[in-house]
Amino acid sequence: MSKLKNLSATTRSNLITYAMVIVLFVVMQSLAATKAISSSTAGLLVPITAYISLAISLNLVVGISGELSLGHAGFMSMGAFTGVIVASMLAEAIPVGWVRLLVSMIVGGMFAGLAGFVVGVPVMRLHGDYLAIVTLAFGEIIKNLLNNLYAGFDASGLHLSMTNAQALGMDGGKIVINGPQGAVGITKLSNFTMGFLLVLFTLFVVLNLVNSRTGRAIMAVRDNRIAAESVGINTTKYRLIAFVVSAALAGMAGALYAQNFSSIVPKKFDFNTSILILVFVVLGGMGNIRGGIIAAIVLTILPEKLRFIGDFRMLMYAIVLIAVMLVTNNRTIQSKIADLRERLRRRGDDQAALAVDAEGGVADE
Amino acid sequence: MSRDVKGTYRAQSNREEDVKGTYKAQSAAAGATSAAGSETHGGRGRRGPTTRMVPVPSQSIVPERDADKSPILECRHLGIDFGGLRAVDDFNLMIGRTEIAGLIGPNGAGKTTVFNLLTKVYAPTRGTILLDGVDTAGMDTPKVSQAGIARTFQNIRLFDSLTVEDNVRIGLHNQIQCGMWSGMLRLPRHWVSEKEFHDKSLELLDVFGMAGNADDIAGSLPYGAQRRLEIVRALATNPKLLLLDEPAAGMNPSETAELMDNIVRIRDMFNIAVLLIEHDMDLVMGICEGIAVLNFGKIIAKGTPAEIQSNPQVIEAYLGKQD
Repeated sequence: MSKLKNLSATTRSNLITYAMVIVLFVVMQSLAATKAISSSTAGLLVPITAYISLAISLNLVVGISGELSLGHAGFMSMGAFTGVIVASMLAEAIPVGWVRLLVSMIVGGMFAGLAGFVVGVPVMRLHGDYLAIVTLAFGEIIKNLLNNLYAGFDASGLHLSMTNAQALGMDGGKIVINGPQGAVGITKLSNFTMGFLLVLFTLFVVLNLVNSRTGRAIMAVRDNRIAAESVGINTTKYRLIAFVVSAALAGMAGALYAQNFSSIVPKKFDFNTSILILVFVVLGGMGNIRGGIIAAIVLTILPEKLRFIGDFRMLMYAIVLIAVMLVTNNRTIQSKIADLRERLRRRGDDQAALAVDAEGGVADE
Repeated sequence: MSRDVKGTYRAQSNREEDVKGTYKAQSAAAGATSAAGSETHGGRGRRGPTTRMVPVPSQSIVPERDADKSPILECRHLGIDFGGLRAVDDFNLMIGRTEIAGLIGPNGAGKTTVFNLLTKVYAPTRGTILLDGVDTAGMDTPKVSQAGIARTFQNIRLFDSLTVEDNVRIGLHNQIQCGMWSGMLRLPRHWVSEKEFHDKSLELLDVFGMAGNADDIAGSLPYGAQRRLEIVRALATNPKLLLLDEPAAGMNPSETAELMDNIVRIRDMFNIAVLLIEHDMDLVMGICEGIAVLNFGKIIAKGTPAEIQSNPQVIEAYLGKQD
């Protein structure tokens, strides 16, 4: 414990985040193994890991770089569809499921990163609301392109078309993406362990990036662009780095997400999904990676757990959302909570042994 | 004055020889382009170069100890228009290598605009800025910083949500290299550079006795400390010229006195030139060696503190005309 205290505050906070993710994984994995959770909840495990990765990666743009991006689902779908194509093409070359998934995630991430770069170069000339609107438009463009995309492969290789399935001119083979019907006949490769590994990888990349020379430059641009330029930081470059890394990670999460289902439609990656990911980030606190993880978990499980109230489900969901936003952003309530914590701590000093246990959970903050 | 422009050149001191050289090279280049232009019209009746020759100022002053070295900053006919407003016009200034220079003038005279021109926040409409003999035309703000101009701001601009040490580390950004991949994958280069960042930033903070505040959040520092941190961050970029925009604003007399000592100390320690904008005349007259007075975007007087204090034009600009 004393060794822990010697570490810098950020290192300690990062270690807590890693520990939290690992503990959650072990708990959920053992619960799933012993069938202690319902099958509907177990089915949510992979989407939750994908959403956590998406929340962490979007946090890099929204929280760390300070730009509002409304097109995260676009990068996610880019990775998802590339990943599905790659995985089905490699079905014979790589028989081992998890290796194929890994390769498809990496290629999906690369394509999404490339898309991020192509969009980012012109978009990074914009700031604030303008940037948000352009990223929103980008998400819609990607969705509509994918809605008209037909892809299949046969002995002669990959065929792509924007007209219809016949135009592919396939000689036997297999159609992977069938226009508005989306990706069909996906082999289900994703599992909770791979999802967990992706979350760890995303955390590793983002936390390392934030606590490095590059990350400091990104945060400098967020805090004060004029001052950052005055100390010689190329602001466009560092905003672009954050944007591209975030897009690539979103692509990887997309590839994982898509291969959890037997088919997936482009419509799934619409504006609502972008907003959902943004809600995770904002609810968890911008720049607060741990908060984003918790928000992604709670907000994915909540609608399922609220099924018992039937039609009022989404209403309750909205009310919970509003309540949490208000509470976490209200100075009066914040100071009340801080007061309470302080009082708890003082009492903890008085009745040493007993109180330490009770407070343990709160003290982590 | 019937002497031609060349004559004026020749009359200049030895130190100005370089300047003359560059000027000649420039006009030669201009001549070449105009010659090329006329060639397309063809024919033997070649017109001579149509370069417009303009007189150059020669009454610049620098401290005697810097007179044998080339000046660190030279502005020639610098100017900028905002629409129809000539915010700065015909701004000529030369700063010696280790000079502490002052730029004063009434509110709205264009002092901060000059700083923004020097750091390329605004692109000059006219004129040339030579930093250590290098023309900064075509450079943007980050490039100018790398070339050696650092600045502080009138309204403090720190990276508020980051720690004091991180603020200085960001100032050191271009002094210590470490690529994105090294940082992301925690390669050995990352750890080596982080150690350098840490040691160097604490060393710089120590100059102002702020090493103890290294882990504090910059935005939570008291006002005076924020101003000092801005100077430390500017020094971290390893500048040749430090621009201070109202460093003593909001300080009490004892803090101002301390600041004066500090400015002289950093000049001696880092061997750099300082150009400062300030309304506090005790500070300006106390430490500035050369002073330029700006009014309505034009320099109305240049000289030593004593000369400036007795200059009737300066008195008029500040106090108005006596009828």
